[in-house]
Amino acid sequence: MDAARRTVRVTVNGESHEKEVEPRLLLSDFIRHEAGLTGTHVGCEHGVCGACTVLLEGAPVRSCLMFAVQAEGASIETVESLADGDALHPLQEAFRREHGLQCGYCTPGILMTLKPFLAANPEPTEAEIRQALSGNLCRCTGYQQIVAAVRRAAAMLRAEAP
Amino acid sequence: MTTRLIGAPVARREDARLLTGRARFIDDIALPGMLHAAVLRSPHAKARFTRVDAGAALALPGVHAVLTHEDLGPANAPMPLLNDNPGFIHPRMHRALAPGQVRFVGEAVALVVADSRYLAEDALDLIEVDYAPETPAVDLVAAAEEGAPLVHDDTDSNVACRTVDASGDIERAFAEADFVLREELRPERGAAQPMEARGVVARYDQSLASLTVWDTTQAPVSARGVIADKLGMPEAALTVIAPDVGGGFGVKIMLVYAEEVLVPFAARLLGRPVKWIEDRREHFVGSNHERLMVHRIEVAATGDGRILGIRDRFLYDSGAYCPYGPINAECAQAILPGPYMIPAVHSEFLAVYTNTPIVSPYRGAGQPHGNFVTEMAMNHVARALGLDAAEIRRRNLVRPEDCPWDTERIFQGNTPFIHRDSDYPAQLETALEALDYAGVRRGQPAEREQGIHRGAGLAFFVEGTGIPPYEGVEVRVEPTGHVHVATGYPSQGQGHHTTLAQIVAETLGVAPEMVVVESGRSDRFAWGVGTFASRAAVVGGNAALGAANAVRARALELASEELEAAAEDLEMANGAVHVKGAPQMAVTLAALAQAANPINTLAAGSEPGLRAADYFRSSDVAIASGVHGAVVVVDAATGMVEIERYVVVHDCGVMINPTIVDGQILGGTAQGIGGAFYEKLRFDEAGQPLVTTFMDYLIPTAMEIPPIEIHHMESRCSLNPLGVKGVGEGGVIPAAAAFCGAVEDALAPFGARVRAHPLDPPAILAMIEGRTAP
Repeated sequence: MDAARRTVRVTVNGESHEKEVEPRLLLSDFIRHEAGLTGTHVGCEHGVCGACTVLLEGAPVRSCLMFAVQAEGASIETVESLADGDALHPLQEAFRREHGLQCGYCTPGILMTLKPFLAANPEPTEAEIRQALSGNLCRCTGYQQIVAAVRRAAAMLRAEAP
Repeated sequence: MTTRLIGAPVARREDARLLTGRARFIDDIALPGMLHAAVLRSPHAKARFTRVDAGAALALPGVHAVLTHEDLGPANAPMPLLNDNPGFIHPRMHRALAPGQVRFVGEAVALVVADSRYLAEDALDLIEVDYAPETPAVDLVAAAEEGAPLVHDDTDSNVACRTVDASGDIERAFAEADFVLREELRPERGAAQPMEARGVVARYDQSLASLTVWDTTQAPVSARGVIADKLGMPEAALTVIAPDVGGGFGVKIMLVYAEEVLVPFAARLLGRPVKWIEDRREHFVGSNHERLMVHRIEVAATGDGRILGIRDRFLYDSGAYCPYGPINAECAQAILPGPYMIPAVHSEFLAVYTNTPIVSPYRGAGQPHGNFVTEMAMNHVARALGLDAAEIRRRNLVRPEDCPWDTERIFQGNTPFIHRDSDYPAQLETALEALDYAGVRRGQPAEREQGIHRGAGLAFFVEGTGIPPYEGVEVRVEPTGHVHVATGYPSQGQGHHTTLAQIVAETLGVAPEMVVVESGRSDRFAWGVGTFASRAAVVGGNAALGAANAVRARALELASEELEAAAEDLEMANGAVHVKGAPQMAVTLAALAQAANPINTLAAGSEPGLRAADYFRSSDVAIASGVHGAVVVVDAATGMVEIERYVVVHDCGVMINPTIVDGQILGGTAQGIGGAFYEKLRFDEAGQPLVTTFMDYLIPTAMEIPPIEIHHMESRCSLNPLGVKGVGEGGVIPAAAAFCGAVEDALAPFGARVRAHPLDPPAILAMIEGRTAP
């Protein structure tokens, strides 16, 4: 199988990674085990739970449903890109304050789903928030405190906006 | 003044790591030279085999080993029976690898170890096993009958255990009854499905002949004992660590799963670290299930709606083995009378083997089942007698003036179930008011004429929490002034580090930031049982309080000498002990910790260090309680249900951290709604699982879970110094009954009566049309 290896060059969180990988390597496994960014989690590997969500060219994708070779040349953002040193991103801060996470396993995928959502819709209604979250499964929270966190994050981001 | 932290909505100390991707879950562990394992699982529900041919698999470059039962020796002895029951007839436990016979689809047959997981899975496809399939027993009711195919050929029946629990005079209850309800109630099979599946990483240190095992277990200290036994090693040479764990809900405690033996075994054999990570499809068959029971009940009532007695005979699906014992059935049995004063209860269960994955507790552990039975029975008796569902409950509740009220039921941990420290009637009235129950009732006649099917459902719960035997906590003040808190029970998202820090920081008068908490590592604190049954806050929290109080007493004693003041004239705040009213006359805890560990002489009889360990021994169930209320609108054309209101009235005693309490209730209720309406595991007649993905197993999303309104009633628990009752399962226990009650109330004009859940649209349409559910 080594003969079939391909070189993949991607930019993850602004840093370029070049690796020889098997064509069948999932993007989620590339991010976690080749790039060593283990904040992106794998919950189902069949595209339902959303835990592995990352941004590919700014848009949320399920990294378990793509091969790494399909991301050739792309720019990827993961949960590790959100905080600025010790300063949490408003989304992260809002989740912390509203108890929007318990075990935290689904959380990175949810944060990466919400970042472009709030950029496109800075003042969402509750129904819009729930719809935006509907592609991410959480087994701990029952979503209510996540919804509250999204509302708080939206307000924080609006206050920050120029 | 000491700052009050117990009771404050302190933000969690766990969160920053989890939010930034810096947490370390099991699959995040990467060790030099690490190999990767995959498990070959049985494709048959029942089959014999004589040969596992791993030749082709071993020939694949990068494959290091293929282990079968023959390679394991004594490590393949049957797993222990965790909970014995006097009614056991045929206890049968699983082994790490099936020895010539498989009994469910998913049972482990071989382990492949290779350079990568991808390669290990390639190798699985190359292993040949000469399975000779046999007829399995799949359906619970059929499996219990005489002449059914046997799951275990060395038995004469699939009945693993038969247990009767009786209190009061049941014959008299039925002799005096004006009305008897008879029916069958069936909560269906489901599973916990935490978002992180299971995993094990093991590293063998050849120099020290010691093993370190990272394990997604809810009970690392207990798991260490079983793994050491299987591997023939001293416990002292084994460290088990539960890293960050992505949800548990019961499924991550079994003591132990096959892989918890196989992975350490392989790491020792090969002298290299080995990792096994369960994928989701594996989790659906390789990890335990829950919920399926079939209850046949008779309820004796007076004409005015007082329940005189319940007789319940039920079947409990144990799956192919019973390593956990029939705990779910025991809890269902114990919880049967709920918060009601029912003079006679007679229950008998048969725990039955089937050729399906093993069954063990999932959040609530049988309590949701018993609750569903009793609460649906209340609704059905009420309807038969022309009473309102609220009124029949009101007439039967145990009142505060009746307490302590001994139900004569025995709960998990062999503990008596005695009502106390709660006000059930007040809970009911709070729920009715919050729900505007009277308003729903008033509106129904006119709405029904317009074809609007709105209904309200109520379900009480009592939850056995804080069960025995014990947990322990060590509190140690470092010479740096930091306070180290260590315990054996791990977290799967409950925020234990935050709540333990609140308890210890308040007791010692230190800033929470100075408290360092470690848990779930057998090398830090090696006593305790585990995290389950809503017991951590009760048993662990009170152990932390006890240890902190002992450290506090020792600090005051040392400071009394240092400051030449009586201990009763001292107080602790800001990391120091000072004389009351004279904060400048102070000595820091750091200095006291140094003084307690002198470099010259240690006084005879004294121990070094400013530290203490304490163990909270639980002997009695702390009963958390409450009532859930739902208002739903059912679309009679589609069978779809809209949840309009969902109210939870909840009493878990003193809340250490109200925000975390709310999180437990909200999350549990969401799981209950999943079980009520969406989640069901199905098998075909051959025992093949038909649900092995999240496309078929419908975990509710943010769209399905309604806003939930919580009303706390904080009645201090008299059984422990913190005054707490557990909070882990009160969300899930009554949710199905509340929801099902609301649906059948909405559909009362059709004579609808719920007898099983999940209540999906086809089942609702069948009720509307008067058919048996498909």
